[in-house]
Amino acid sequence: MTPVTKPCSVVPMKKLINSPDTVVADFLEGMALAHPTSLRIDHENRVVLRGTPKDEGKVAIVSGGGSGHEPLHGGYVGRGMLDAACAGEVFTSPVPDQMQAATKAVDRGAGVLYIVKNYTGDVMNFDMAAELADAEDDIAVRQVITNDDVAVEDSTFTAGRRGVGGTVLVEKIAGAAAEEGRSLEEVAEVAERVNACARSMGMALTPVTVPANGKPSFELGDDEIEIGIGIHGEPGRRREPVASAREIAEKLLDPILAELPGEGPVLLMVNGMGATPLIELYIMAKEASQVLAERGVEVSRHMVGELITSLDMAGCSITLLRLDDELTALWDAPVHSPALHWSADDIQE
Amino acid sequence: MTERKTTVTVPDLIAWLRRTGELMAEHAAELSDLDSAIGDGDHGTNMKRGFAAVAGVLDEDFETVDALLKRVGSTLVSSVGGASGPLYGTFYLRMGTSQKGATELDAASLLGAMSTGVEGIEARGKAGIGEKTMLDAWMPALEAFGRAGGSLADALRAGAEAAAAGRDATEPMVATKGRASYLGERSAGHIDPGAASTALIWQAAVETLAGGSDTGSDDGAAS
Repeated sequence: MTPVTKPCSVVPMKKLINSPDTVVADFLEGMALAHPTSLRIDHENRVVLRGTPKDEGKVAIVSGGGSGHEPLHGGYVGRGMLDAACAGEVFTSPVPDQMQAATKAVDRGAGVLYIVKNYTGDVMNFDMAAELADAEDDIAVRQVITNDDVAVEDSTFTAGRRGVGGTVLVEKIAGAAAEEGRSLEEVAEVAERVNACARSMGMALTPVTVPANGKPSFELGDDEIEIGIGIHGEPGRRREPVASAREIAEKLLDPILAELPGEGPVLLMVNGMGATPLIELYIMAKEASQVLAERGVEVSRHMVGELITSLDMAGCSITLLRLDDELTALWDAPVHSPALHWSADDIQE
Repeated sequence: MTERKTTVTVPDLIAWLRRTGELMAEHAAELSDLDSAIGDGDHGTNMKRGFAAVAGVLDEDFETVDALLKRVGSTLVSSVGGASGPLYGTFYLRMGTSQKGATELDAASLLGAMSTGVEGIEARGKAGIGEKTMLDAWMPALEAFGRAGGSLADALRAGAEAAAAGRDATEPMVATKGRASYLGERSAGHIDPGAASTALIWQAAVETLAGGSDTGSDDGAAS
């Protein structure tokens, strides 16, 4: 291994932080101050909890992962969605102690569902937590692993498709099912079904800078974009010259449609990667809707915004979820979390 | 000249773990750079943080090998996160539980303990040799240690050399596990960061467990 001599950071890192070491603790403190009633934050274990726990006898839902994807997951804690979210270090899985603390805090006697994005670290840490919950606390735990990213080939030669945008939809719909009082098996089953019916693909205009590293995760030329990007600055499928919104919509949607199972209407989610202006996301939503119309796919629900991000990466991802009546009803059910909120009488579109 | 060590005591193991932490801190940027090429660029930061947490518990009283190693393993699991937390944590946990009540280890029991630890890594990571992971450093190291015969120092040196060679051998490999696997063929041409941190663990072992001043030996040194 050749010694790597790093020059002292030539360009100072421009970020609204105090120190790379306190990013997670500081943002959780801010979140607690911004949502003093609706959230309760266990700072020691770095777990975001609902201000008011759900009723006894209902299944609880715990998710979590590396920080840097906000509003995922803490922003989705609230009635109709998650019961707890465990915040790891930036882009690093939380540790089993955190999930164990969350599990004990939210269990209402009906068991706990873990929603885990398919990354090796997350899967291993949640696995260890599930073993502990079963062995030490006698709490029934089921896990659903999300893996909706079509940019990665799902084969024995990879760790499998990554969990990305579809995770938000799994959390919303499983949350609604749990709120209805369904059993752990039933909630896990509906979560599995959402994951099976969701497909995503992302792209980057710029790389991401992790505070602890202080430099971009990869090099991207001024005239280049990366297609098939992950949410941690992992390089994507291929690098291409800059293209129009219309062309990018096709580049993302065609591989998604090639793998999207079933028939019928879809939910279209256009997600910003963290540093994308909303004006561009709406342009992408328009282009995506037009491409889908041309491909004969009806869009019955839309969601546009910064929903699962990658720190300061610019770019977007598109997720499609094949809807049926049950999933549509669960999607439309009320939700009250900091990042996603609507009431029963809001018009869903 | 140096005395010839035949066994490893609890204080020796503590020195090994402390030195491992120093090496992780010294090489943190390098490990993260390797990780940036094929992963998400946090391996050095995570290992540095984890072993700093380990250093924080090493002053506690440990009478037995298993008490020490179990505490180290659970500390790593609780502080590292990512995939390396459960993997290295499992290594020390299993290594400890395989030596219940022991206060010192001879070469054979040290090899047995580390082999049990590595079996834990295989089970937790569902990986094998040749998949561009830390196992590509661990497995040849254990094999070389077992084959070496001779003194404990010779065996440790052989293990560290094989770990370093195993680390270098990951460079042309195509990853099939972990985040690097998403790159497919593009993962070739880069050393696996987990194999690199494993080589540091072996380097620390030579420096602290072999007896005498072996730090002059650059066999198995990471760079």
